[in-house]
Amino acid sequence: MTREPSAVLAELQAILTRPWTLMEVCGGQTHSIVRWGLDQLLPDALELVHGPGCPVCVTPAQTIEQALELAMRPEVLLCSFGDMLRVPAGSAGGTCDLQQVRAAGGNVRVITRPHQVLELARRQPERQVVLLAVGFETTAPAVALLAEQACALGLSNLSLLLAQARVVPAMAAIAAAPERRVQGFLAAGHVAAVMGHGELEQLAMRQQIPVVITGFAPLELLQGVLACVRLLEAGTPRLHNAYAQVVRPQGNPAAQALLRQVFAVADGPWRGLGSVAGGVLQLRAAYRHLDARVRFGLSSPIDAPERVCLEPRCRADQVLQGLLRPSECPSFGTACTPHHPLGAPMVSAEGACAAYMQRSGRHG
Amino acid sequence: MVERVVLGHGGGGSLMQELIATELAPLYSDPAQLDLDAATLALPHGQLAFSSDGYVVQPLEFAGGDIGKLAVIGTANDLAMVGARPLHLSVSLILEEGLPLALLRRLVASMAEAAAASGVTIVTGDTKVVERGKADGVFISTSGIGLLVAPARIAPSAIRAGDQLLISGDLGRHGLAILAARHGLALEPLPSSDCAPLWPQVKALLEAGITPHGLRDLTRGGLGTALAELAASSGCDGLLLETELPLAPGVDASCALLGLEPLHLANEGRFVAVLAAEQAARAAAVLAPWGARLVGDMQQPVGVQPQVRLRTALGSERVLPPFSGEMLPRIC
Repeated sequence: MTREPSAVLAELQAILTRPWTLMEVCGGQTHSIVRWGLDQLLPDALELVHGPGCPVCVTPAQTIEQALELAMRPEVLLCSFGDMLRVPAGSAGGTCDLQQVRAAGGNVRVITRPHQVLELARRQPERQVVLLAVGFETTAPAVALLAEQACALGLSNLSLLLAQARVVPAMAAIAAAPERRVQGFLAAGHVAAVMGHGELEQLAMRQQIPVVITGFAPLELLQGVLACVRLLEAGTPRLHNAYAQVVRPQGNPAAQALLRQVFAVADGPWRGLGSVAGGVLQLRAAYRHLDARVRFGLSSPIDAPERVCLEPRCRADQVLQGLLRPSECPSFGTACTPHHPLGAPMVSAEGACAAYMQRSGRHG
Repeated sequence: MVERVVLGHGGGGSLMQELIATELAPLYSDPAQLDLDAATLALPHGQLAFSSDGYVVQPLEFAGGDIGKLAVIGTANDLAMVGARPLHLSVSLILEEGLPLALLRRLVASMAEAAAASGVTIVTGDTKVVERGKADGVFISTSGIGLLVAPARIAPSAIRAGDQLLISGDLGRHGLAILAARHGLALEPLPSSDCAPLWPQVKALLEAGITPHGLRDLTRGGLGTALAELAASSGCDGLLLETELPLAPGVDASCALLGLEPLHLANEGRFVAVLAAEQAARAAAVLAPWGARLVGDMQQPVGVQPQVRLRTALGSERVLPPFSGEMLPRIC
């Protein structure tokens, strides 16, 4: 295996015969690319477009509105990962986020692990503790474990406001879109570490597109790009694992079993992408009593068509599908900034728009 | 029964006198100060520096320090950053009803120790008690005066393109210690705050005949924010070489995990010095015992506005923005 970034870049240059467009799926990869300036180092003929793999960015606006509403109820303690706090939701012209709700007296707690919610629920039996359970297959096993433990302990004051999304169905939707520009995928290594090769192999075969399981460090990303270009140049659209130091073909069977036990696959909304076939997880019947929407009488996101974006000046839908670069959006850096975001990709540590702003050095 | 602060401790009567006499007296090197409404000071001749700061932090005690140590060292360090030898401090305490007296005793002992380590004396102060729920345990406000020792003014207006950047030690310890404590992160190794007086290092530079063009302690917002402010007020770009930046052990990996920028983490015992190029190597040698490193330079701005650029280990460049908002750990 090639060990030096400069050697990987030299080999890329040597085998490249024509322009290619690759999508790195995960927001963590996007940030690493921008953080290390990898796009400045790659040959000009290679274009990297940024995928939808940012859980904060694709959480439906309706779910965030429900979180805002729950956080304002006096009996509720709403627990959330930190980067959800600044995602705007609400009606256009009157947007709000969890940070503002907290400042106005709402009960919002930042957590770093779903397990903390269990402790909070046990220590505050008088409170309804709700986890805004956002994320992909990387966080889903921890949420499933939490659901299982809450059931086993018979905790009646813990519930989940669920927005667990599945990454591979969204990749399939992007690959099947008529306006598709993407010719190869750098798949998210951490998702593959849980889910294994299976779904990605099927995606590569069905859509006839190279898929390379890729890590997050600069050298790992460059090796992923090189592997993808090799497949494209050879005309062999299949799956390749360029992150074998972490990802096993079978993934993590224990985590998968837990996911199957607690969750069922459903069609459901991704913010920016609309409804994705098989794109979300929902609680199975045995765990339905932990569903915050059931407990508090809120509507299910699966029943409601996802509005693509609340803010007409935000083009997050196109950014998330790799159809528009963040810097090509008319609002980028003008109406929309990290201080005053119009859409989620400008907020999250993994959002493509925030990554581009960081590089440009602007923040106001 | 745990002994606790009660509202009467701030009432101005005999209970307050008792609190001051038994619990707060260790702060004062001269017990006679306790009987006076204001400190009277015999000051050396020269120009004085004067600084004030408020301290609110949760948790109140953390690995490597506590709010008391921070409150004394933070203000003493602000004085050192203009080239002043810290002399005297005032300490105002706002205590929340119900605060365990044992905790107050630990904070007072810690403040007294930090004052001795910083070479300052605490000469006046105030104590108030507010109802439970009206304060987060303890708020501390300190003000301090120091004697200006630097032969020339240390201010961003003195910074020129070509000046070299020196960091006084490794980065990220305090911010990571607080984050770990606040979010219950089981990090290995457990980070410990770098909270420490900076005057000894500034004094060493001045005694070696080196007057920095700029000095900034790397507290909230970290190196990224301090340098962005120096860039904005000097009109020069700052260029940092990532390969030269000394991150404390565990900072890089922890920040990658939490989605945080290590150069935005707070430090409480580190500064950046902007130095004339011909003095840089000597300054690095003088501060070598503290782990100081030369990490970049100031340059003519390449963009419309001055900014901080970071050259990565791969040779690419990105802009390092100042920190904005609240440090929020990410989702996955």
